[in-house]
Amino acid sequence: MDTALQAVDVRKSYGSIQALKGVSLEVGEGELVGLLGPNGAGKSTLVKIACGLVRPSDGTASIAGEPAGSPAAHRALGYLAELFRFPDWLSADELLGMHQQLAGSDGGSRERMRLLDLVGLADAAAMRVGAMSKGMQQRLGIAQAMVGGPRLLLLDEPTSALDPAGRRTVRRLLEELRGQGVAVLLNSHLLSEVELVCDRVAIIARGELVAAGTPDQLSRAGGVEVETSGGTRLFEQASREDAPQIVRDLVAAGEDVYEVRVLRSSLEDAYLEAVGEA
Amino acid sequence: MWIIAVFALRESLRRRVFLVVGLLTLGFLALYGLGTWQLFKSVDEFEPAIEGVEAPTVAGATILGLAMFATLFLGTILAVFLTLGAVRGDAERGLLQPVLVRPLRRRTILAGRFLAAAGVCGVYVVVVFLAATVITWAFSDWWPDRTVQPAIQLAVAVAVISALSLAGSVVLAATANGIAVFMLFGAGLTAGLLGQIGEALSSRTLDRVSDIVSWVLPFEALYQAALAAITAETFGFTRLAINLGPFGGAESASPGLWPWTVAYLALVGAGAAWAFARRDL
Repeated sequence: MDTALQAVDVRKSYGSIQALKGVSLEVGEGELVGLLGPNGAGKSTLVKIACGLVRPSDGTASIAGEPAGSPAAHRALGYLAELFRFPDWLSADELLGMHQQLAGSDGGSRERMRLLDLVGLADAAAMRVGAMSKGMQQRLGIAQAMVGGPRLLLLDEPTSALDPAGRRTVRRLLEELRGQGVAVLLNSHLLSEVELVCDRVAIIARGELVAAGTPDQLSRAGGVEVETSGGTRLFEQASREDAPQIVRDLVAAGEDVYEVRVLRSSLEDAYLEAVGEA
Repeated sequence: MWIIAVFALRESLRRRVFLVVGLLTLGFLALYGLGTWQLFKSVDEFEPAIEGVEAPTVAGATILGLAMFATLFLGTILAVFLTLGAVRGDAERGLLQPVLVRPLRRRTILAGRFLAAAGVCGVYVVVVFLAATVITWAFSDWWPDRTVQPAIQLAVAVAVISALSLAGSVVLAATANGIAVFMLFGAGLTAGLLGQIGEALSSRTLDRVSDIVSWVLPFEALYQAALAAITAETFGFTRLAINLGPFGGAESASPGLWPWTVAYLALVGAGAAWAFARRDL
């Protein structure tokens, strides 16, 4: 798999404060990676280094093989900041037009309409940014990030202002982008969302990468829970494969079995454990 | 760079600062017209004590000099408000980041913003200066010895102020930058006044202080040169009378002023680009 984003031993210090203490991370082409961590963990700093907005104190970051921050890297990149603002006097169509010019995209009005349609703003092309709700602006921000067909999207809390329907729209959009081979690094506090959509998850705490893997790898077996005539019984060390034998044993012992649940720790449990707050 | 410049121009046209500066300008020109009319009513009745002094020339040069100061001040307000938050201010509001991640060099963004601000402010001061000149002529039949040269010098003076304000916006928060630029503007004008006082008192120290500040802040030297240019071909007793006035001690441009101004803009631009390239946003 080609690498869309590669960060190698990235460190960043602000005076005596070490925001990143040597983080290495890769995002492959068409891969959707969730970046999790508590406030102040260094997630946004890492994303900003990848964008070239912040210079690393040490280590390297590259986008599609080009040094982060270079025009070549920016050509392969789309970015939505956590705290962003667009000129409120521009219409949605004008804003995308401006970013097409800046990105050197020759997609014209067809690209603009396609992007607005993708984020559910097809009817708002002529609406001024200043007249849009925060959720609409966030969706417009995602459309803006996709101008020029980037190979990597860096989305910093892209759904924080969206309602559930808006979040679903963005989830579908991310899945569609993955299908098109676009890599996405999704920085989000919404664990359920990350669990639903991401191929891999990286957890950062106190400036370090403390866990990484697929959501399945990070969440672990939590035993088997059986509801019987004698009450709910928990077999903590059991796995899914043990469930039939447990049921047979219980029935043989004269108990009626009503329900069997194979338990797994959630991504939330794994996250809390990884960041040391379990 | 042109995309940034055009966008900054469009943005500036939509800002309220244009409304404020436009109203201030109309107010200034109306008051200037009234003052000029009253002045020349008096001048027409005035009999010079010394034969050979052209009273309309002395009065016209003096009041147009005052108009040039006001024009430079209004141009400075415009320049400062168009640039004071161009980098740090826009970054703090989240406006800059979406642009910075596009395939542009940061110095290109600075250059685009400078072109837009200097262009708008330059056109503004030229128009206001010419309007004041026409108003003066309408009430007095006096026309300055040179028109294009002082107009260009005023335009370049506000370009220098735009550059300083834009450079300041890289390192200072918007309010602090605005205050700093106005303090520089005040320092420049004060140095100019010191120079004129120094000339009147034959004080070499004051002259030297004024000269040094004029090199450090060349917008002051350009303003002085523009003042001097409006009576560049006036001689004799009229010249002497003008020299006694508040703008009479204005220094004409030395041969090094234009090359130094170009070098100065390049230095300020290079410094701003260097600081911007290293700034975390």
